[in-house]
This record gives sequence, C-alpha cells and structure tokens, in this order.
Amino acid sequence: MSEILVLVDHVDGAVRKTTTELLTIARRLGEPSAVFVGAGIDSARETLAAYGADKIYILDSDELTDYLVVPQAEALAQLMASASPAAVLVPSTPEAREVAARLAVKTESGLITDAVDVQPGPDGSPLTTQSVFAGGFTVQASVTRGTPIVIVKPNSATPEQTAGAAVEETVDVVVSEGAKTAQVVKREPRTKSGRPELTEAAIVVSGGRGTGGDFSDVEALADALGAAVGASRAAVDSGWYPHSYQVGQTGKTVSPQLYVANGISGAIQHRAGMQTAKTIVAVNKDAEAPIFELVDFGVVGDLKQVLPQATEEITRRKD
Amino acid sequence: MKIVVCVKHVPDATAKRSFDAADHTVDRAGVDGLLSELDEYAVEEALTIAAAGDGDGEVVVLTVGPEQALDAARKSLQMGAHAAVHVVDDAVHGSDAFGTSLVLAKAVEKIGSDTPVDIVLCGMASTDGAMGVVPAMLAERLGLPQVTFAAEVTIDGTKVTARRDGDVATETVEATMPLVLSVTDQINEPRYPSFKGIMAAKKKTVETWSLADLGVDPSEVGLAAAWTSVQEVAARPPRSHGEVVTDDGDGGRQLVEYLAGQKLI
Repeated sequence: MSEILVLVDHVDGAVRKTTTELLTIARRLGEPSAVFVGAGIDSARETLAAYGADKIYILDSDELTDYLVVPQAEALAQLMASASPAAVLVPSTPEAREVAARLAVKTESGLITDAVDVQPGPDGSPLTTQSVFAGGFTVQASVTRGTPIVIVKPNSATPEQTAGAAVEETVDVVVSEGAKTAQVVKREPRTKSGRPELTEAAIVVSGGRGTGGDFSDVEALADALGAAVGASRAAVDSGWYPHSYQVGQTGKTVSPQLYVANGISGAIQHRAGMQTAKTIVAVNKDAEAPIFELVDFGVVGDLKQVLPQATEEITRRKD
Repeated sequence: MKIVVCVKHVPDATAKRSFDAADHTVDRAGVDGLLSELDEYAVEEALTIAAAGDGDGEVVVLTVGPEQALDAARKSLQMGAHAAVHVVDDAVHGSDAFGTSLVLAKAVEKIGSDTPVDIVLCGMASTDGAMGVVPAMLAERLGLPQVTFAAEVTIDGTKVTARRDGDVATETVEATMPLVLSVTDQINEPRYPSFKGIMAAKKKTVETWSLADLGVDPSEVGLAAAWTSVQEVAARPPRSHGEVVTDDGDGGRQLVEYLAGQKLI
C-alpha cells in the first residue's frame, strides 16, 4: 500500500474534526500518514491514532509557524521528496490552501481545490468531486502530473475510527532565509462562542437582512437545536454579526444536515455557501424570496414571531 | 510606487453559467462577463495605496483572457487605474492555475522591466474557478513575499502590515516590498466609476501582449498543459421544491413539526 500524507489541522494540538475526515479519506487511498506541524503533539497523538494514522511525522519548529505559508510549503516539499507519497490531502483553511498551492508549484504536482468527495480512481489515484458555480454543477477530476495534492472541504466524509500504528518520526526541516519574509507578529485566537463550529456543525441556523440587526431569536433557536450560528453577507456588511460567521462565497461554505435560513433572501453569494446542505428550511417575510426555490420546508412570515414559537416548541418537546 | 493589479474577467454569477460540452472548460462566450467582483476590492486597494503619500503611485491593471476580458481591464481603468495590459493568446485557453500564474508572473516581470513593481495586488479568489491559489503561486514563481487574504492593510514606507482572519485566529503579518498582496472583501468599499472616470479611461493606454511577447512557450500553458484533468461535469439536479406555508400564528410549530417528521430533532 502507498503512503498518503494528511496535513493535520489543529489548534495547539487540539485536532480539528476535518483532520479525522481527511484520515478517513486517506484510508480509501492507501496508508495514512499524519503530518503534524507545530507544537502540541502530546494532545494530538491519541486522536490521530484512533482515526487510523499509521505514521505521524512531527515537524515542530517555530520557524514553521512564525512565518506565513512559505516555510510549511518548503518543509512539506522536503517530506514529499523523502516519503514519496501517493497523494497529499490538505484541509481547506486559508493557510493550508496556500501551502498546497506553493507545494504544488515546487513539486510540479497537480492541485485540486475544495473537493467534497475523494475516492480511488481506476488506477488507484484520487478521483475527486467538486461542487462548482454556487453548487450548480458537480465536477469529477483527477491529477495528471506529479503527486496529487487535494484540498478537501469540511464534512466531505464521515469520520470512522480505526486504530492506526501511529509510528512517530520527527522530521528535521530546513527552512531557507527566503521563506522567512512574511512574519506573523501577532496571533489572536478567536473567542469561542460556546456553540459548535460553523463549518463542522450538523445544524446551522443563520440570519440575514430580515433580522434587522437583532440576532437574539436566531441565536435562541440555534441553542435549542444545538446548532452553529451563521450570517449572510448583508448582515455582516451591516456590522450585525462578525465576518467569521459569514456563510457564502466569501465566507464559509457549510454542508450540514440541516440549514435554517432566517430573513435571508438567498442571493447567489449566499447559495454558494449552503446549497449542499442536506435539508434546507427558510423563514422569510417575502414569499417571492429566491431562498424558497431551494427549501425543503419554508415559512412565509415574520421571523420575530416564527422563531420564538419554534424555539419554545422545541424546548417543550425536549421536556 | 508601482502597483500591478491582477484582474479576471468572469461569467456573471447571476447569469446561467455553464461549461463547454467538448472540453469541459468554463463557457466564456455564451454568458455575459464582467470584472470578477472580488477583484474590485484589489483595484480599490491599489488606488487607495497609490493615492497615499506623495500621491504619485502608478496602478497598472493586468488581465489574461480572450478578447472580451479587456472589459475587466477597462472597468478597472474607469475606476482610476492608470494603464492596462491585456495578455491574449489562443494558446492560453483552458489554462489551470499553474498556467495562469506562469503567464501572470512573466507579465509582471515585463511590466517591471523599466521601473520595478513594488506591489502585486490580487483579489482573494475569482468568482468562477474560486480556487484562491493564484496569488500564492504567483508569489512562489516571482520569488516574492506573500501577504495574502488581507482584511486590513497598513503601509509604512516599504513595510506592509496586514490583518489576516484565519479559521481559528486573527493574525497580524508583516513584510517588506516588493511583495504579492491579496485582499478580501472585508478590506474596503470599491468605488463606482464616475462619469469623469469613464471618459478618462478612453484615453488610457492598453497594451496587448501575446505569449511570444512574454517569452512563454505555448506548450507550457492551455488545456493540454494543465496538471489536472476533468473527467465529467454534471449539472446538479435542481432541489425539489418543498412545502412553503404562510404563517397564520402557527408557523413556528409547523416548522418544528416538519423537523420532527424528518427526525432532525
């Protein structure tokens, strides 16, 4: 079996769910090797082993995280040269996306971005599915040159536990001076909302222009459902909700089991970020809103009436 | 200060976008195109940076694409860019991000052959391919520092400081010119071309370059040279229209009833 590198996405060693998805996908293609960059392996080891990492490459050097993108791309290029993997899987974060981009140029390898599914093709190499043009088309593609590098979207696989040997290997990396040109002088962790993370959540409840700036009903419904909160670009541009919660082309793409759009008209910008949700429900005053073309169930009405009633009903049923 | 802004002409996202049935490339002829919305932020930022300080900054807009791609450059000129370069060559058709970044890199080098380029500005991604990797590839090819996905930029002499909103943290990044800078839609509010701007744009220089002008071998770009291959493109079946009810005092409970029926709660 051939080795598949998986770039681990973690916060100080806390492995994010997308990594367990990538390890699950990697097992379809070969033997998963987790590539852990930065400090915190002690917190990560158990999860990586539980989801089938046969090997863990540890690249722990401040140089890799103190500068933007380039040192990591160099380090991965060195690792690719020594490990000769059959493919490299990368999470869809801004940093990892660009590491993959530079890695692809360095190693003259084909790159596929934002895959929503990856399966072994006829020759065993990855055959990817992408959702393009705001979810209007699906594209199947493969890499024809070098080592396939695939950026994978969150929720592209259901994580499956299988014990892996998790043999650890510390990799000494050499970072060139030229790679240390864009320095990260400050890194402020985002304040936790206490709700599930937007891109990982099974349920997302979001609000748009129709909230008039008051997200309290949206948040209350989200909490009753154990959901993440999202916002449309209109709501974010109005300063009603932080940009990190924006769902849409220039924000996050989500594909939860259930997406509840409240006071969101359903412009193409927004649809690009949520159209692949399994079930879509909308509440909007305007019966003509394009969002109703997408819904499995819709309520034409005032969200300030409908949402509190729904929240109350969910709470009542739980009791 | 010399700034090159890379812009892309894309099919209008609100129109019926499609693919060429024969070679799976984006259909650019059958749909109205425009300047990629996300590139407007890059043009705006370039104009703002150029106008700061002595105000003698020069903004050159660069686009690669077929005949009609010139529209994207022209819109940028109307916004206030000083000159435009349009790389047009049949061999470019079907290029992936590797081919595109190669052509852009060669064109940036040529633009900088008289007076050097200080900043290469890009949008965060195109609104059609939406890969979001060209700025990083361009920096790799040019051997320049990259400051990308900037939501806020401060310039002090040749030092560039940017705020970068990641998934889990907000980063402050510093680098020195010359560099590649990409900006998100959080950075500014792009201006609309004024009547004066539209009139002035007609007199501005637009240079048209071929691959030969850039010294790029046609075999290095285009569909045949792409490092990925599309096996299949399929229109996603439209979502089946579900039930839409009008709230007459019971809408919230009906919604929950639906969710319960689908076992979603």
